[in-house]
Amino acid sequence: MQQYLYLIPALPLAGFLALSLAGRRLSANLIAGIGAGSICITAVITILLGIQFLQSPPETGVWQQTLWQWFHISNLSVDISLRVDALSLAFIFIITFIGALIHIYSIAFMRHDRDYARFFASMNLFVCAMLILVMANNLVLLYLGWEGVGLCSYLLIGFWYETPANYKAANKAFVITRIGDTAMIIGLFLLFKELGTLNIADILHLAPEHFATSATGISLIALLLLAGGMGKSAQVPLHTWLPDAMAGPSPVSALIHAATMVTAGVYLIARMHTIFELSPLAMQVTAIIGAITLFTAGCSAMVQTDIKRILAYSTISQIGYMFLALGIGAWSAAIFHFFIHAFFKALLFLAAGAVIESLHHEHNIFKMGGLKNKMPVIYWTFVAGAAALAALPLVTAGFFSKDQILWYAWSAGNGHPVLWAVALCGAFITAFYSTRLIVVVFWGEMKTSISHLPPKTMTIPLIILAFFSITAGWIEWPHNLLHLSLFSEHIQHVLPATILQTHLHGEIFFQLIAAIITLTGIYTGYLLYHLQPEVILQWKQRSALVEIREFFFSGWKFDQLYNNIIVKPFQFITSTNKSDAFDKIYNGIASANLHLNQLFSISQNGSLRWYVVGVLIGILFIITLQLLL
Amino acid sequence: MSSIHAHTVLIVASILFVLGLVGVLTRKNVIFILLSIEIMLNAAGLAFIAAGAKWQQPDGQVMFLFILSMAAAEVSVGLALVLQIHHQHKTLDVEQLKELKD
Amino acid sequence: MSLLFYISSIVAILATIMVITRHQPIHALLYLVVSFMAISMIFLSLGAPFSAVLEVIVYAGAIIVLFIFVVMMLNLDKETALQEKKWLQPKVWIGPSILALVLLIEMILLLLEPPSEKMLVTVVTPRQVALSLYGEYIIAVELGGFLLMTGIVGAAHIGKHTKRNLHRFLQNNH
Repeated sequence: MQQYLYLIPALPLAGFLALSLAGRRLSANLIAGIGAGSICITAVITILLGIQFLQSPPETGVWQQTLWQWFHISNLSVDISLRVDALSLAFIFIITFIGALIHIYSIAFMRHDRDYARFFASMNLFVCAMLILVMANNLVLLYLGWEGVGLCSYLLIGFWYETPANYKAANKAFVITRIGDTAMIIGLFLLFKELGTLNIADILHLAPEHFATSATGISLIALLLLAGGMGKSAQVPLHTWLPDAMAGPSPVSALIHAATMVTAGVYLIARMHTIFELSPLAMQVTAIIGAITLFTAGCSAMVQTDIKRILAYSTISQIGYMFLALGIGAWSAAIFHFFIHAFFKALLFLAAGAVIESLHHEHNIFKMGGLKNKMPVIYWTFVAGAAALAALPLVTAGFFSKDQILWYAWSAGNGHPVLWAVALCGAFITAFYSTRLIVVVFWGEMKTSISHLPPKTMTIPLIILAFFSITAGWIEWPHNLLHLSLFSEHIQHVLPATILQTHLHGEIFFQLIAAIITLTGIYTGYLLYHLQPEVILQWKQRSALVEIREFFFSGWKFDQLYNNIIVKPFQFITSTNKSDAFDKIYNGIASANLHLNQLFSISQNGSLRWYVVGVLIGILFIITLQLLL
Repeated sequence: MSSIHAHTVLIVASILFVLGLVGVLTRKNVIFILLSIEIMLNAAGLAFIAAGAKWQQPDGQVMFLFILSMAAAEVSVGLALVLQIHHQHKTLDVEQLKELKD
Repeated sequence: MSLLFYISSIVAILATIMVITRHQPIHALLYLVVSFMAISMIFLSLGAPFSAVLEVIVYAGAIIVLFIFVVMMLNLDKETALQEKKWLQPKVWIGPSILALVLLIEMILLLLEPPSEKMLVTVVTPRQVALSLYGEYIIAVELGGFLLMTGIVGAAHIGKHTKRNLHRFLQNNH
């Protein structure tokens, strides 16, 4: 089976090539067949390979396939080489499986779009790049995939490029992630300078021998890689692009900006875990950034009115949980949360897309309502997703992954009560805004009429995703409840186990606190938006609360901050130097030539005798020189 | 055979040359300008003959022959141009023929 | 022979002065014939009989005849002479003449710099000239042939009185 690894990225690439080269001439059915079919076949291959991998794991824990040598310069040799281990298998599974569901959903969702082929071509290219990213054997190939997904994200955010806001959002996403990418490539240069290799296995093997723990060099590299991950995964302060990225079609938001691409930073850090373990500083920074992000983004999600922006902030917040888990050394918990999050967040985005589509492209949740009975499938799947997001205890998958992070935030070696408290706050906020979404969008009176109900090709992926959002958590139980931890056992082939502090008791106590907080959050949302909506109206009278709401609504004013400290000074400099000082020199030379030309063209007056006098004066000059010298 | 100073011949040639030059410079009529150019060419030929005579070589006369053929070609083209100019502009005044002006 | 040289030199210079000062083109041409004859005599006195003959035949014969044809074809008569008189004002010719005079003085000064020496005049026969011309200068002769050929073709082409070809749109406006 190992020799078929190449098929996984090759099939989406083939789909991309076919659609981009011949897309205009194909019929819509054929386009859908190629676009979704290539990903579905990839998903099937992945599942077969995954079963093979789990049944008879290779001795080294790694499947590897070298396709060809990419380039070779002095002692840097880069191969196009694929590598699958337990960590990348989890990512490949999510990318292909959820990717396939989203592609199937898109067949109906994008049916009437003019650029049907372009959409599927970009999506296929994205899947290909993302697979290269997670299957790369070396960091250069990983970077190729990293930039590839950035490009596809840009292409798909700006998919409806005729609206100026959309391409501006695409530009913003591209430019802000570029900051992180630049930091990351500098980190790769440093890594190569220190270790002389960019092969992932070699790096993980050599780094502990080459670096002392918390050496400056390793901290710098780890922080630069972290910055790369922060840009891609939309962590504070590089998170401002993700809410705007919702300008793209809903399947794009589901696949790229919720399930897969934005977790590339999580993958990078997990992949380079040895380097991070060597630098406690970088670990702390990761955890603190994760905590700050989950709290700030959660606060913003509470007050948004655009359904997709709520989900976008919620995505940022959930990735904040993953970073927090990575930072405290709870590697498997982070990957497990990624695994679960991919299901329910893709579900929420797809369901939101279906709602928006049915309500004449209405994004404002306060103009929705009363959809509970009209769209029961969407309603129940959305409830499943929202419950998983809110981490409803025991019955949803989100509980199992988030509870693990909360527990480790307290108990892990790098954990801290403050981190735990922030994460708990975040859990409350998450539960609150999940309930708010359900109540405002699906309950109450209808405010916008429904144009058409989503077809089966859209609802079936939703049902599958809802099923996984509920059940996927049952493969990993807390130790005190049930000794079943399939996922972390699988992941521990690659990532180290979480080191716990000693003398810890009462895991059940923390689980109860988390459950109570979640339920409180849900009840608060239910209370404020359903039972006593007048309380909100009262709050709107108070200017202080309105200001806080405004502050959260604008995403903690990060956009304004960047506008003031970066964009405006830059614009000021460019406007003051509009008439470029150096240009003046060249303009001066040009105008001097022009004047000289005018001066000399006086002599060209067309008078023959004048020319002869000129010749005569020249002769006289030469002869006089000869006489005098 | 009597003898002549080489200088004297060259001075005569340069006087003729300068007279031709004065003609080119002062006359406005194209025909007179062409005449003056003939004078100047002739003066140059005289200088060559003088040099040939001084070294008693035929080369001076050969050069004169080339000048002669050049002058013949020049005068035929020049006079054709004069005819065209007169035909098109109805004047022979060089001061009015300023179409090459910038 | 030196007397012949001096006399013909003076005649040549005087005739040339007359050429450049005449108002009537035909008078100027006649003086030019005189000037060419005198220069032909100078050639003879310098021992170049072949060149002297050519000077008479080509310059005084062919070229002057060409000029006369042109003067006749353009019908240049007394009106032209009057206009020439108007054009030849002192303010027109005095400046260029002074410049030319300066040139002449400088050239004479340059010529007189090396010590003067007399030259023995020996006749260079046409035979010698012909041997030289068709020996070492053969390529130059061929080039001269080309030059004359292009001169003839060019003159025939330029001298043609062509009708102005106007575009039909422009013709209507005429």
